[in-house]
Amino acid sequence: MIRLEKRPQPSRAWSMATPLVAVLATMLFGGLLFAALGKPPVEAIRTIFWEPLFGEFAFYYRPQLLVKGAPLVLIAIGLSLGFRAGIWNIGAEGQYIMGAICGAGAGLAFYPAVSFLIFPLMVVAGALGGWAWAMIPAVLKTRFGTNEILVSLMLVYVAEQFLASVSLGLLKNPEGFGFPGSRNLQSWDSAHNAELIAGSGMHWGVVAALIAVIFAYVLLNRHMTGYHIRLTGEAPRAAKFAGVNPTRLVLFCLGTSGALAGLAGLFEVSGPSGQITIDFNVGYGFTAIIVAFLGRLHPVGILLAGGLMALTYIGGDIAQSNLQLPAAAIQVFQGMLLFFLLAFDLLTNFRIAIGKPEVA
Amino acid sequence: MDLSAINPVLLIASLMVAATPLLLAAIGELVVEKSGVLNLGVEGMMITGAIAGFATAVESGSPLLGFIAAAFAGAALSILFAILTQFAQANQVASGLSLTLFGLGLSALMGQSYVGIKPPQMGDIHIPVLSDLPVVGPIIFGHDIILYFGIALTAAVWWVLKYSRIGLVLRAVGENHDAAHALGYKVIRIRIAAIMFGGACAGLGGAYISLIRVPQWTEGMTAGIGWIALALVVFASWKPWRALLGAYLFGGVTVVQLNLQAAGVAIPVEYLAMSPYLITIIVLVILSADKSSAPASLGRNFHASR
Repeated sequence: MIRLEKRPQPSRAWSMATPLVAVLATMLFGGLLFAALGKPPVEAIRTIFWEPLFGEFAFYYRPQLLVKGAPLVLIAIGLSLGFRAGIWNIGAEGQYIMGAICGAGAGLAFYPAVSFLIFPLMVVAGALGGWAWAMIPAVLKTRFGTNEILVSLMLVYVAEQFLASVSLGLLKNPEGFGFPGSRNLQSWDSAHNAELIAGSGMHWGVVAALIAVIFAYVLLNRHMTGYHIRLTGEAPRAAKFAGVNPTRLVLFCLGTSGALAGLAGLFEVSGPSGQITIDFNVGYGFTAIIVAFLGRLHPVGILLAGGLMALTYIGGDIAQSNLQLPAAAIQVFQGMLLFFLLAFDLLTNFRIAIGKPEVA
Repeated sequence: MDLSAINPVLLIASLMVAATPLLLAAIGELVVEKSGVLNLGVEGMMITGAIAGFATAVESGSPLLGFIAAAFAGAALSILFAILTQFAQANQVASGLSLTLFGLGLSALMGQSYVGIKPPQMGDIHIPVLSDLPVVGPIIFGHDIILYFGIALTAAVWWVLKYSRIGLVLRAVGENHDAAHALGYKVIRIRIAAIMFGGACAGLGGAYISLIRVPQWTEGMTAGIGWIALALVVFASWKPWRALLGAYLFGGVTVVQLNLQAAGVAIPVEYLAMSPYLITIIVLVILSADKSSAPASLGRNFHASR
């Protein structure tokens, strides 16, 4: 008889191995999916995972890895803090949008001034915008016990509508010939989040993401707040007795993740994307949830997972143009990854035992 | 602005149509949560049901077959959730989220060749005399069969939960799974059945959007209705009739907001479009104070140690 036996302690080895096993399983089943769509499976998988790194045009795609990975890592680091403590912010997409709007708005208020202060001001405004948007579910949760999952998610739809409103109204480019969308920040040096080294893909958002990884690592391993976060997640009752203040923790976790998502939005709108448009957001806020789990909610893991997820985005784009693989197939592929990860996580917490249970 | 263009009779009739997908999804999720499982994948199951139903209806020419296919698709997707949470003991919040992300991608993939097609029409029932009555006719007797099915389902779920043995067992599993297990009930099996029921209902709700409410297929067309359905279960304090009330309330907000857009009120369209989500938040705030009616084992996984 095969049965599951709970491990006294989660297995560290399996905890590290499950993301890899999940990626392999996703490749396998993703290949089957692509075959079902009538595409050569091996070729498709190779295009997604190999082409951007070592293919003929890798010199072009490698910088893209940083551009796409940075917002994912930045958002996922913030989310992971809350997820560890059982605080579920799933509205990072909304905070990302609001950060971009606030940051771009703060900058555009000074157009066309030339000053080195404008970009830092935008960064602060972006972080504050995301922070404020995340504070709504945080305060409602601490004051009224409202479910933060539903509120943060509802606010994504509100933020999307707000984005549509400002790109058609408040922030619309007065010289844009009536087209929706703001001025292009890329052509205004004071506000442009330019590449720090030309052609490397390295912009301020990448720097911020790396700093966030280091800070999160220090916070979780060396700091009291980080300890409280871990304690609340792993032993809620013990946390209560240890005097962890749940209100402070909710405000901290949601606030931090909101601010980081806002930053990601600002760096995106002032850099790679360039302007506020109705559909400038592309779902990084949701993909970051997968990144956070795939990285085991661990800062270094998230860094790696962000890179991998960026790879699937870029590889997906290539497969789209080379093999006519539909864009949605990559979305399914990413969703599958999270499925397999959660499923294989069974092996971290349980042991498969064969035979009859021993009588205690 | 011309508010006189809004016809109250048509408003109420379209309110009922707008409320039905919400009601179906919420009733399904209510049963799931009563069994102690929190499935956040409603949105994903709804959108999968929407495209499965749409595609089947277009290919077969029969909307009814479409609805059946949608229920099966929703249930099939929910089995994935059941495997993750009931067998693999995965976190229910994370699993539900992954179901939604997966469902959104899957539906977009399946729906590629169905954009811009008109589905076969599901006729409204027509009862001689009754349906022709002024005011009452279009409101009570002039809808499609699925809308009545939604109301009947609400009544059935209410009766089963309150008066039948199955309902009692389901509630016991949701309140205290250890005790239910000790009594010899198959906790996992009952929960899987509830999850599949919830999936089928969500699928039906999704198909109602793509086949009757809109009727068309566009990517991501459920636009958060699955999440509002989740909020609705909280609003309803896990009581079926209150879910019906809540669904009609939210349906009302949506329809009034659309009518105001059409009437050209001085409020920008985007702000009107925000209103259903904002009202959901406000209602959640008002009702979150009382959590006493939530099933005690909600969101906790069960693993029989012996």
